[in-house]
Amino acid sequence: MLSSQIKSNEIVFGSCNKDLLEEIIFYGIGLGADFVEIFIENTDNSSVLAEEDFITSVSPSFGRGAGIRIFKEKKDGFVSTNDLTKHGLMRSVSQAIEMLDITDNKKREVFNGLNKHRDYCLSKKNWIDEVPSIHEISEKLLVSTKSLKKNNKIITRKGSYSRNLQEVIIASSDGTYVSDIRLHQTVGLNVIASDAQYRSSGSRRFGSSGMPNEFRLWDHETAANDVFESSMNMLYADYVDAGQMPVVLANKFGGVIFHEACGHLLETTQIERGTTPFENKLNEKIAHESVTAIDEGISEGSFGSLSVDDEGMEPEKSVLIKDGILKKFISDRAGELRTGHKRTGSGRRQNYSFAAASRMRNTYIAKGDYSKEDLINSISDGLYCKSMGGGSVGATGQFNFAVEEGYLIKNGKLTNPVKGATLIGEAKEVMPKISMCGNDLELAPGFCGSISGSVNVTVGQPHIKVDSITVGGR
Amino acid sequence: MNSREITTQISEAANSLNLKKWDYGASFSNDYSVQVDKGEAKQLKASQKQILTIRVWNKSNLVGITTTSDISESGIKKALKQANIASDFGNKNESTEFSPLAKDSIKVKEVKKRSPVGIKKLLTLLREAEVKLIESHESIKSVPYNGLSESFFERVYANSDGAFRCYSKSQAALYLYARAEEKNNKPRSSGSVKLGYGVDDIDIESCIREASNKTISHLNYSSIKTDKYLICFSPESFLTIINAFSSMFNARSIIDGVSLSNKNSIGEKLSTEALNIYDDGLHEKNISSSPFDGEGTPTKRLCLINRGRIENFIHSESTARIFKTTPTGHAGLGSKVSVSPDWIVVEKSDENFDLKTSLDHSAYKGEFVYIEELNAIHAGVRASQGSFSLPFDGLLYKNGKKISIESATVAGDIKYLLKNIVNIESNQKVTTSGISPHIWVDELSITGDA
Repeated sequence: MLSSQIKSNEIVFGSCNKDLLEEIIFYGIGLGADFVEIFIENTDNSSVLAEEDFITSVSPSFGRGAGIRIFKEKKDGFVSTNDLTKHGLMRSVSQAIEMLDITDNKKREVFNGLNKHRDYCLSKKNWIDEVPSIHEISEKLLVSTKSLKKNNKIITRKGSYSRNLQEVIIASSDGTYVSDIRLHQTVGLNVIASDAQYRSSGSRRFGSSGMPNEFRLWDHETAANDVFESSMNMLYADYVDAGQMPVVLANKFGGVIFHEACGHLLETTQIERGTTPFENKLNEKIAHESVTAIDEGISEGSFGSLSVDDEGMEPEKSVLIKDGILKKFISDRAGELRTGHKRTGSGRRQNYSFAAASRMRNTYIAKGDYSKEDLINSISDGLYCKSMGGGSVGATGQFNFAVEEGYLIKNGKLTNPVKGATLIGEAKEVMPKISMCGNDLELAPGFCGSISGSVNVTVGQPHIKVDSITVGGR
Repeated sequence: MNSREITTQISEAANSLNLKKWDYGASFSNDYSVQVDKGEAKQLKASQKQILTIRVWNKSNLVGITTTSDISESGIKKALKQANIASDFGNKNESTEFSPLAKDSIKVKEVKKRSPVGIKKLLTLLREAEVKLIESHESIKSVPYNGLSESFFERVYANSDGAFRCYSKSQAALYLYARAEEKNNKPRSSGSVKLGYGVDDIDIESCIREASNKTISHLNYSSIKTDKYLICFSPESFLTIINAFSSMFNARSIIDGVSLSNKNSIGEKLSTEALNIYDDGLHEKNISSSPFDGEGTPTKRLCLINRGRIENFIHSESTARIFKTTPTGHAGLGSKVSVSPDWIVVEKSDENFDLKTSLDHSAYKGEFVYIEELNAIHAGVRASQGSFSLPFDGLLYKNGKKISIESATVAGDIKYLLKNIVNIESNQKVTTSGISPHIWVDELSITGDA
């Protein structure tokens, strides 16, 4: 008898767990649950840090766990555990049932068993052997940090790499039965430059999903040049004067403005909370007609791409805004249940200890017709935001994000570098002010922290012009 | 397995792999939390979690590490093997040892631990709190962000030299974030967080009152003119800014070149002589206190700024050795050991003669900006450069009236801010991240859209 055919009392990765999973789901339905979902993961992660010319940290980690979610009407109970035995999983189901105070188990939902196994792992099983070794990573990181040493004003050099390999099994009482392996790799470079009282920093991060060879192909020299130039350009920069002004946001990570200002407000979790101004705006104009915005999980190799989401649904390409008109919300299972918006394959979570929620994947503004120069030439007095830092959005839709590398625009030309700028505003007011979109769409990886933890995402846009926004400075 | 059994298991597994020197840190927790939405349970959560971090030293005394959630016999053995492999890449430039204080006795108060109240009681209490908050004012329409949780956890540190430390405790947290709406006005939002050793220790009424009062205080709002203003930082916001720039006191950050301070900064004057700042993880009001750090070093009260001058840095074992001092109880446990403050206490020193004591946030009649809460710290602070540009929730006091500020940022430089402190009020307030009085700072830039 093959080992995969042995009926196990514990989840075994790489084997058929159908009988055990069905038994657990039957158990939950039998106790009166409307819906039972099991998410199981096995992780194998590594990170490496190079500082100056030394490897200063190598941190492997591994683990496994399960998250079990039970729905009763629109309520859900979620239990996570490290115990993957039948006993442990059933105990978690019981705990969720008890939390939801389900006592009436007469009106039972029907569970017809799990569907045919959808196995997305088949072409991915060798990934763990194909990713670079710690030795190979260390060597390349050290070459990268050495490349950053271009003059004596660079006082701190860092290179960091992390690799997350996640094997998941998802099963639920609607018959979903899925396995997948996800691979994410990121590499970042950081410098601090100093000269007398002047200080600046520069950083860039690159990332991919599902491409074990990507780190080997990473062009560290170009990345190092970019980070170095950014820090030098900003070293003697003056602080920006605060005020209202037009801005041009660069492509790639400039897309964080859409992610923070609008994307979060199009997640159904925000409708559930009543915290989005766009709740009743479907098919209404919410942005300038030059804006078309997309959220998808299908671009090959992009940091936010998925074969299947954390609820077992294949991701779709969702056109959120078409020519300024709101067309769709980003939805997960709970979102569909509570708001009526159809699932989009966007149910995501950091790991087994979080319940999935509607989250962005690869989110970007589509390209327009203008060149970068057209945008800059159209401004007599404003700010060019070449590199953006992080940002956040508040409970009333107010957003903010930091400008890492900025330049003044005077009479249609880029002039002096400026530092200390923060862009602040409200999505509802800023979206109609994105009046010009460039033709140079590019994406950039990032991490997004929200209700279901930190997930890998891509932000992106072409160069865009915002007619007026508040720039915080001094 | 209990913590003694895990220690024995690690010891035996290490022996079988011929690993002579090791240490580990572990935490085991059970957490329960509830969220509600207009009287209905929204999400109920429970989790059982275990995390084990093992370090091993190889024959060249280089350290490797592995973290796992698998504490089975095979999991522990795998973790030791992986840590041993990782030790081949150990930092040759900076060695790590056991803390010399890992076996010192710990003088610690009794660790408070409560019993679980259970999900049903959590749900009942949160439902009641939501109703009371909504009923507290006609404009408060919902409480979109809310939660009540209780956690029970155990932390362990042990090493192959015989050190063994362990404690278990409980903690509960309540947060209520209300949203108010009025016709023809933008929605306004604010909230409150309270901690306790158990749910029954949390002052729920005070959390409701605080969330309500703060939210209502922002209903009447206006934009502010961009300019420089006299600022009064609330205790919460001043502690936020001090924590954001705590790399000034952090020996790890100094060695890494990402601090505004350097090895010779002890004694440097940073602010008015009226300012004292301590780190006091064992403070009786610190609900999250831990009697030892990630390396087993006992936690203690440490003066960071004494009469305006830097008095001490916070250390791990390795940074203390480099600085020729002793560890201070602020280490994590990692491949590269991090250092971070526990609980900041801000006080007025006895050298406070130059303060403008007429500046009292409850009585001052002149114009000033009251910063209630700073936001988006991760985006707006450049700790290695000393600069910040942060959105905030606040109020403009002018001509004896106060009005909420619609949308604005405060920007400046931490050294400028500390040097321009003009008053430190007498009454301290306990917050979730430390204790501080209200702090007044002259001439900081505010950007608004008026």
